[in-house]
Amino acid sequence: MANMRRAAAGAAIAASMALLAACSSDGGDDGPTSGATSGGGGGDEPVTLTWWHNGVAGDTGENSLGDYWDQVAADYMADNPNVTIQIEQIQNEDLQRTRIPTALQSGDAPDLFQQWGGGEMAAQAEAGYLMDLSDVLSDDISRLGGGVAPWQVDGVTYGLPFQFAVEGIWYRPSLFEEAGITDVPTTMDELGDAVQKLKDAGIVPIAVGAADGWPAAHWWYNFALRSCSQDVVASAGTSLDFSDPCWVDAGDQLQAFIDTDPFQPQFTSTVAQTGATSSAGMVANGDAAMELMGQWNYFVYEGFTDGSDEAIAALHEDLDWFPMPATDGGSGDPSAAMGGGDGFSCYVDAPPECADFLAYIVSDDVQRGYAEAVGGLPVAPAASDAITDPVLQKIAQTTSSAAYVQLWMDTLLGPNVGGAMNDGIVNIFNGTGDAQGVVDAMVAAAATS
Amino acid sequence: MTALEASGRNADPVVEESTAGSRPPTPATDHPRRATVRKWAEIALFVGPALALFLTFVVYPVISAARYSMYKWNGVSQFSDAEFIGFENYARALFGGTDPDTKQAFTTAYTQPFWEALSHNFAIILLSLAIQLPLALIVALTLNRKFRGRAFTRVVIFAPYVLSEVIAGTMWLIIFDPNGVATQWMRAIGLDMPAGGWFEDPTWGFWTVFFIITWKYVGLAIILFLAGLSGVSEDLQEAASIDGASWWQIQWRINIPLIGPTIRIWAFLSIIGSIQLFDMVWVLNRGGTAGQYSTIASYMMEIGFFRSDWGYGSAIAVIMFFLSFVIALAYMATILRRDNAHPGKAR
Repeated sequence: MANMRRAAAGAAIAASMALLAACSSDGGDDGPTSGATSGGGGGDEPVTLTWWHNGVAGDTGENSLGDYWDQVAADYMADNPNVTIQIEQIQNEDLQRTRIPTALQSGDAPDLFQQWGGGEMAAQAEAGYLMDLSDVLSDDISRLGGGVAPWQVDGVTYGLPFQFAVEGIWYRPSLFEEAGITDVPTTMDELGDAVQKLKDAGIVPIAVGAADGWPAAHWWYNFALRSCSQDVVASAGTSLDFSDPCWVDAGDQLQAFIDTDPFQPQFTSTVAQTGATSSAGMVANGDAAMELMGQWNYFVYEGFTDGSDEAIAALHEDLDWFPMPATDGGSGDPSAAMGGGDGFSCYVDAPPECADFLAYIVSDDVQRGYAEAVGGLPVAPAASDAITDPVLQKIAQTTSSAAYVQLWMDTLLGPNVGGAMNDGIVNIFNGTGDAQGVVDAMVAAAATS
Repeated sequence: MTALEASGRNADPVVEESTAGSRPPTPATDHPRRATVRKWAEIALFVGPALALFLTFVVYPVISAARYSMYKWNGVSQFSDAEFIGFENYARALFGGTDPDTKQAFTTAYTQPFWEALSHNFAIILLSLAIQLPLALIVALTLNRKFRGRAFTRVVIFAPYVLSEVIAGTMWLIIFDPNGVATQWMRAIGLDMPAGGWFEDPTWGFWTVFFIITWKYVGLAIILFLAGLSGVSEDLQEAASIDGASWWQIQWRINIPLIGPTIRIWAFLSIIGSIQLFDMVWVLNRGGTAGQYSTIASYMMEIGFFRSDWGYGSAIAVIMFFLSFVIALAYMATILRRDNAHPGKAR
């Protein structure tokens, strides 16, 4: 099957190569070479693809993601001897905030690069930087299903995700047991009860890394998701219209929740991932019972062990996950979930092989390997059988059974409005702002873009 | 140090002119043109490289920033597609913009954080002069004598200044962690940390950061003052003490006035440094979650870079540039003037 698809793509490449050769009058990087091929029948012409991704080595020097991508590229090059793939591993924030924007503006961008979807991708698409993949990869788009939506703008696909998952609440079952909590909370009322029981038992109920901003903001996102209808949230990404009262309501619900004192003391001084006093460190060390986070935190928690198999097994023994509880009322579906993922886009001037390689990256087999080698949550439905970890299975299950998955609000709205929103939410946590202030900040930022 | 050089450079033309005037007679009268060509060739040779670097890496970026600041630009799209909006970005920062529809929203979202950041800069300027200056003077005057371990003491005092901002900032983050050693000490004496944490408390966050800045930079002042004091002739002090002057009178009437130029240069460096203060507040937590200790530079970075509001960020950068420029010029023209005047006239 995969071979057939690749053959079809190969034919498409041959056709578009000829077109490209005919069109390229200004002579790109490989001007002379591509000119020479036009008559030669496609597929064999040497092509170099540059690929920027965020799989870098962590503190321990281990780099399972980067190693896996190296393997994927090597396999692809073995199958396609004419293609050379040059990989650059770049730290996530450098990649997203500095390297990619600069490269795109310079006109000398990598062919394939990390793409987080949402508002930032929409801005890149609007500026004409991204290859339209809708037709070339239509089979893959339908195979991957709804997870592709954040990488689409007005029905046009500008990227494909290799990982997509919802967030939820990580918790330590032993601390729940100590506090006498028997069932995981499924509603906010039950979560409130659990918080009270934990406090009575002298345990910090929930850790939040509010000093980093976004971990605090994610609480608001979830209240907004339940308060606002799917249409209101989804259309806000393009209309930047926040007049619906549900946005203020989300902040009011957050305020009411903060007033129940569920978080660790001085939460605005706590970062998310660095050091034992971070929110992840608190949960990993058993100093707090819960934390709202994405699936990646599984590996962040592991980083607080000594790294030995026994220590990680011991942690897994006492670490579990449940979906964000449902709120009462609101226009949103109670089983809707916040989520996000990682994908790749092709640069508009990239050779057609870029799309073909991207299709290979998200093919069922490579997705299976991604789950097995990296412990990621693949997007391809057929690859879900490769997830063996029970907790990750639970997250995958929740992702696929959610009424709908809403992309992280800050990613959806892009850095300008999204950043203003996060800052406004942190002000609620700081006690220096209120629910209306968040909406006002978003409206103001929207007026500048 | 740059300011020292700058102040020296101001005096240079005078010297150059006088030497240039004394040298020419022999060859210049014979071949005035060749001498002129040669003079310009020399100037081009020696000044050229530095000038080229200066134009490329200082003047050009400043002009670019001024240009970007006139546009609505998100940093993603091509700049050629950006919309020209004149001085609207400046208006947004300074007073909420000119559009009555958005004035209210912009005032809260942009103008207030801007002035808050700027007020922190000015507070740091004034507090540095009011606290670091006397502190550094007292320490310098006290250490300005021969005693065992003098070199060691000086190194220890200067150590914070030598530490990189990132290392120092990380160290203080650990010390002022809600569960850190500072909190434990406060609890040991029956007090507690500020309610919102050392850095993030809306009232106390700024003071924690100012304490760290003082710790970091007071060493520079002390070393500069000590260097100045070592240039004060001991004869003067001896003469004064023979005349019956007390230790305090000697300091007040002789030492402090004589290191006046050093103090004025330090104040200049301190003021410019306070306006541009960035590294430390950024390392601590990007000026605070709610801008508790934001500075104009951290605000510029936050909005311009992380929120991709490049036009507005550039406007903030230009405002910062003008502030530094005007304050530096004013300081040069008034306070440093007597130090820079003809060497013989200084005192």
